[in-house]
Amino acid sequence: MKLEMKDSPGQLVAALKPISDVGGNIIAVLHHREPESSHRTLNVQIVLTLPEGRLDKLVALLKEQGVHIQRIGKERLLYKRTVILIGHLMHTDLSDTVNQIDSTGYAEVCEISMSMPAINERSTSRVTIKATNRTDMDSALAVLRRVAKQKSLLLIEPLEEYA
Amino acid sequence: MKAALIGLGSVGRGVAETIAKKNPGIIITGLADSKSGCICNEGIDITTVLEQKRITGVCGDKTISATDVIKNADYDVLIEVTPTNALTGEPALGYIRAALAKKKHIVTSNKGPIALAYKELSALAKKNGVALRYEATVGGAIPIMHTLEDGLNGNEIIAIYGVLNGTCNYILTRMAAEGLTYEQALTEAREMGYAEADPTYDVKGIDAAIKLVILANTIWGNGTKLADVDMTGIDLLTPDALRLAEEGDCTIRLIAEAIPGKKIMRVSPRLMKKNHPLVVEGTLNALTLETDMAKEITLTGRGAGSIETASAIIGDILYIRDHYGGRA
Repeated sequence: MKLEMKDSPGQLVAALKPISDVGGNIIAVLHHREPESSHRTLNVQIVLTLPEGRLDKLVALLKEQGVHIQRIGKERLLYKRTVILIGHLMHTDLSDTVNQIDSTGYAEVCEISMSMPAINERSTSRVTIKATNRTDMDSALAVLRRVAKQKSLLLIEPLEEYA
Repeated sequence: MKAALIGLGSVGRGVAETIAKKNPGIIITGLADSKSGCICNEGIDITTVLEQKRITGVCGDKTISATDVIKNADYDVLIEVTPTNALTGEPALGYIRAALAKKKHIVTSNKGPIALAYKELSALAKKNGVALRYEATVGGAIPIMHTLEDGLNGNEIIAIYGVLNGTCNYILTRMAAEGLTYEQALTEAREMGYAEADPTYDVKGIDAAIKLVILANTIWGNGTKLADVDMTGIDLLTPDALRLAEEGDCTIRLIAEAIPGKKIMRVSPRLMKKNHPLVVEGTLNALTLETDMAKEITLTGRGAGSIETASAIIGDILYIRDHYGGRA
C-alpha cells in the first residue's frame, strides 16, 4: 500500500505500529522524500502480508493516526507452484481440470501455456497455481494428482523444497 | 587378502583388471563366469585368464561352476558381480547365502539380493561375524554407503532425494538440449551403450526404485519393498514438456525420493530449477542426504562404468581388510 503522512518525527513508527497490531507482517518499506516538494508530507510504500479479513481494521487504525492512504494493491494468493501436465488435455475437459482447483477456494490456476502438436496426439501444458500458503498448495496439488489419475494425465510436480 | 570373483562381465572385468594393474594386496584364488570356473589357492594369473576369456569366451574349466568355486576355493571375501535379477535375485542370492554360511565376507554390485533379502542376509552376516558390503549397488562410484556409515555417523537421516539412473538422466539431458523426442533420445542412448535393448527396467523407474529400496533399508532398516515405491517413468514425456520447463528456467529429472516422516517413497519425473544441485548432465548420478545435524549433503559422480564400479568394489574390499583385519 502507498501511504502519505506528515513529515514529522515519530510519524513512520506510528504508521507501522497498526500493521503489527492487526497481525500483519511487513515485507518491505520504501520511503523517499522528494527534495523539490513543497509539501511537508512523506510518501511511503509498504509491502506487507495480512491475515484474511484484517484489511478494514488496518485502514481504520491508519486513519486514526492521521495517515492518508493513497493506494492499496491487493494480491490474495502469494504461494506459487508450476507443474506440467501431459495427455489428452482437451478431450478430458481442461476447463473442468482447472475448475477443480479454482473451486477449492484456497487455490487457483493463474497461468497455462499449452502445446498441441497434432490432432489425437497428447498435448502438453505448463500450469501455474497460486495458493494462500504451503499447506493449501499441498492440498491443491493433491486435488490435481487425483484429477490427473482419473483422467490418465501425466502430472510432473516440482521437487519440493527440503522436508 | 584372498578373494573369489564371481562374474566376469563389465564390472567383473573392471575389478580383475584393477587388481592386476594396481596390486592393492588382493589375491584372486577363485574365478567364475556363467559357463566356467577356475580355482588356484596360490593366486590366479588374472592377465592370462582375461586374455583367455577374450579369445575363447570362457575363463576356465567348464566342469567347474560358480558354486564349486564358492564351496572349494580358499578365500576371505566373495566378490559377487553377476547381473542383477530384480525378481528372484538369483543366482546371486544363492551364491551369497552359501558364502555367508562359510563365514566369508561379501562384496557385491548386485542389486537383486540386497533389495529382496537385505534383512535376512545382513542378519546372517552379523551372526557369522562377517561383512556384507554393497557400495556398488547404488550410485556407481559415488561413496554413498561410506558417507552414511562413516562421515555422517551420528546423524539422523530425514530424507533422501536423487538421480539414481544414468540412462534416464542421459535421455532427459538430450531431450532438453536438442529437442529430441523420447524415442530419438532412447535410440541415441542405445547407440552410446547407455541403454539396454529392453529399456523397460530403466525408463519405467524400476532400477531407480530398487536403489531407493536398498538405501531405505540401509538407512532406516524399515523393511521397504519394491512394491512400496510409487513409480512413474519417463517414457511418456514429450519434447514440449522439456521446452515448457525450459521457458520457466527449469528442466525435468527422474527423482527418487524417500521421506519416511511423510510416508513418501517415490520415483517420478520432476520439474526442477536448472541450477538445482541435483540437475546433473548426461549419465551422472547425484544424491542429496538431508540430515538433522549436517543438513543437506549432495554427492555427485559417475553412476556406472566398468572401472568406476570397480572403484566402489575395491573400496569395500579394502574397508573389510582394514576393519576385520584380525580374521581376514
